[in-house]
Amino acid sequence: MTRLAYYPGCTLKTKAKNFEDSTLATAEKLGIELVEPERWNCCGTVHSLSTDDVMHHLAPVRNLLRMEELRDAGEVDSRQVVTLCAMCYNTLKRSNTVFNTDSDRRKKIRDNMYKEEKEYSGNVEVVHYLETLREMGWDKVKEAVVKPLTGLKVAPYYGCLLLRPRGTGIDDTDNPTIMEDLLEALGAEAVGFAYSQKCCGSYNTVHMKDVVADLAYKILNNAEEEGAEMLITACPLCEYNLGPIQSEVEKKHPVFDSIPVVYFTQLMALAFGLGEEATAFTGNTPDPRPLLRDKGLLEE
Amino acid sequence: MMENNAEYVTIYVMGKKHEVPGDLTIMKAMEYAGHQFTRGAGCRGGFCGACATIYRKKGSYKLEGALACQKIVEDGMYIAQIPFSPAEKTTYDLDELRPDANTMLEYYPELSRCLACNTCTKACPQDIMVMDYVQASLRGDIEQAAKLSFDCISCGLCAVRCPAEIVPYNVGQLARRLYAKYIDGPSQHVLDRVEEVEEGKYDEGITRMMKASKEELSELYNNREIDLK
Amino acid sequence: MDPDNKRFKDRVTELSGENVDLCFQCGACSSGCPMTQEMDLLPSKIIRMVQLGLEEALESSTIWVCTTCFNCEVRCPRGIDIANVMEALRQLVLRKKYNRVSLDELSQEELRDLPQIALVSNQRKLTA
Repeated sequence: MTRLAYYPGCTLKTKAKNFEDSTLATAEKLGIELVEPERWNCCGTVHSLSTDDVMHHLAPVRNLLRMEELRDAGEVDSRQVVTLCAMCYNTLKRSNTVFNTDSDRRKKIRDNMYKEEKEYSGNVEVVHYLETLREMGWDKVKEAVVKPLTGLKVAPYYGCLLLRPRGTGIDDTDNPTIMEDLLEALGAEAVGFAYSQKCCGSYNTVHMKDVVADLAYKILNNAEEEGAEMLITACPLCEYNLGPIQSEVEKKHPVFDSIPVVYFTQLMALAFGLGEEATAFTGNTPDPRPLLRDKGLLEE
Repeated sequence: MMENNAEYVTIYVMGKKHEVPGDLTIMKAMEYAGHQFTRGAGCRGGFCGACATIYRKKGSYKLEGALACQKIVEDGMYIAQIPFSPAEKTTYDLDELRPDANTMLEYYPELSRCLACNTCTKACPQDIMVMDYVQASLRGDIEQAAKLSFDCISCGLCAVRCPAEIVPYNVGQLARRLYAKYIDGPSQHVLDRVEEVEEGKYDEGITRMMKASKEELSELYNNREIDLK
Repeated sequence: MDPDNKRFKDRVTELSGENVDLCFQCGACSSGCPMTQEMDLLPSKIIRMVQLGLEEALESSTIWVCTTCFNCEVRCPRGIDIANVMEALRQLVLRKKYNRVSLDELSQEELRDLPQIALVSNQRKLTA
């Protein structure tokens, strides 16, 4: 078993527990042990863009220090930390870059963290679980599949922070293929659509819910028009802004057909034949199980 | 005035300079200097949180927090008391709450503003990992939050300094209440003992004690079992 | 140029780390922006105002509606990160003790429903 440091993020312990559960199960099947440090804190998403800001980098850098402590204690085998939430990925990665490239701010961050037992060296690499899978090789992922998702038309919804800004993304922002490659390995049919990278509305969901519902309508409708039966995502905020919000969308657009939105690891768990606790579909709104049963991909 | 053989040190209380014996606590030193406590003093034993104090040491930029009744003075200490920290405790009916993942966030949404800057931990006079229990509350880990905040005496120093305007001690209190009521459950040995009392198991012993003479009681007391572990 | 205007432009440049003078108003950022329907001024217009040192840019709804999705950054042919400029403009207002979204306004039901990620990111971007 390869042991990799793992950063869950707050939401994966609460509203997006299904994302974590499905990931841990699939990782085990693939021979990866995801090691969560005993101490970690909220990553403090979204990455702070002001050039003079030090305060908002303390939270992400503190987490990177925790990952380094794991490595020092011999509990993991590499300098990578694996993230699942696209926003945590983006925040940790970008703060890591600030720490490593801005010597002035690096010093200030360190000065502010004098209570920690050691200083962060900057030597942690932030990766997303999709990158881990790609690095392992899609054929290895395919080997673990016991029930290919034949006939399931899935639209990969990338969202924003997995691919942008340039230099931070896990794939080419103009023509990403990483999610399509995963779907292919799982035996599903990837459905491309124009709005796969259109922002879901992000944090505006707190105080501008109706606007976010309109965005959801555009994105989901577009995917349906291209023939998609389901969407996959890698971010709990995208899942929240595209999934449960559909009840709001239906109020304004009665003709709208609801379409399930799941985490990519849940489909992996399904294809790997890992059972109900791993697929964790009870946490999803709308419920993807009727569709999957119709397709013969889920037993009663 | 008692004789004191300790060396004298200089301290500043609310800006005024005083010479005080160097082995006194801040509280005793302030009283030595003539200050009379009408607020900001309580149990004098490090347990009630009334005497929250901030100070700076000579030549240091760091602002530190302490309990006046516990902290010994140092030369050049610049002291100010925080008699009261304004804090809004949300109202809730504990019987109606459940320890769900979002319960803490629902009653203290400002938890989402935590910057993990650790200022609260630095301010705490009880060496509590304040940032850690605030973070545990944010991600719904009520048990962790309750256990880490156990020693909190609600002195208010963390709340006064938090840049995100969180009141950690209120958060910890809710976590402990939820934990005790819903997660930890009642102490079985207490329930068992109450049952025994109600059944009258101790009635005879108590009656005997109440009727005993002073000599009998002295005898019992002097020969009682003492566990010196 | 009026010294006050120059100060505003300099401050935005410093905070964002972006050189807005590179912009030639092609509008690619605006066409890719998902939130333009809620904006009173298009992103490209905001950049133009900063170029001219017009502090009125701070009064637009645009800077508050932006979701920092970086679509603009990816599209800009001159390599300007417009999202950085939006953040700098927000910071100029936020650092004067302004909160765009107050937690006091949210109902109990909303707080029960919202995932941590939504509240954390909202407060990070839109409050002091």
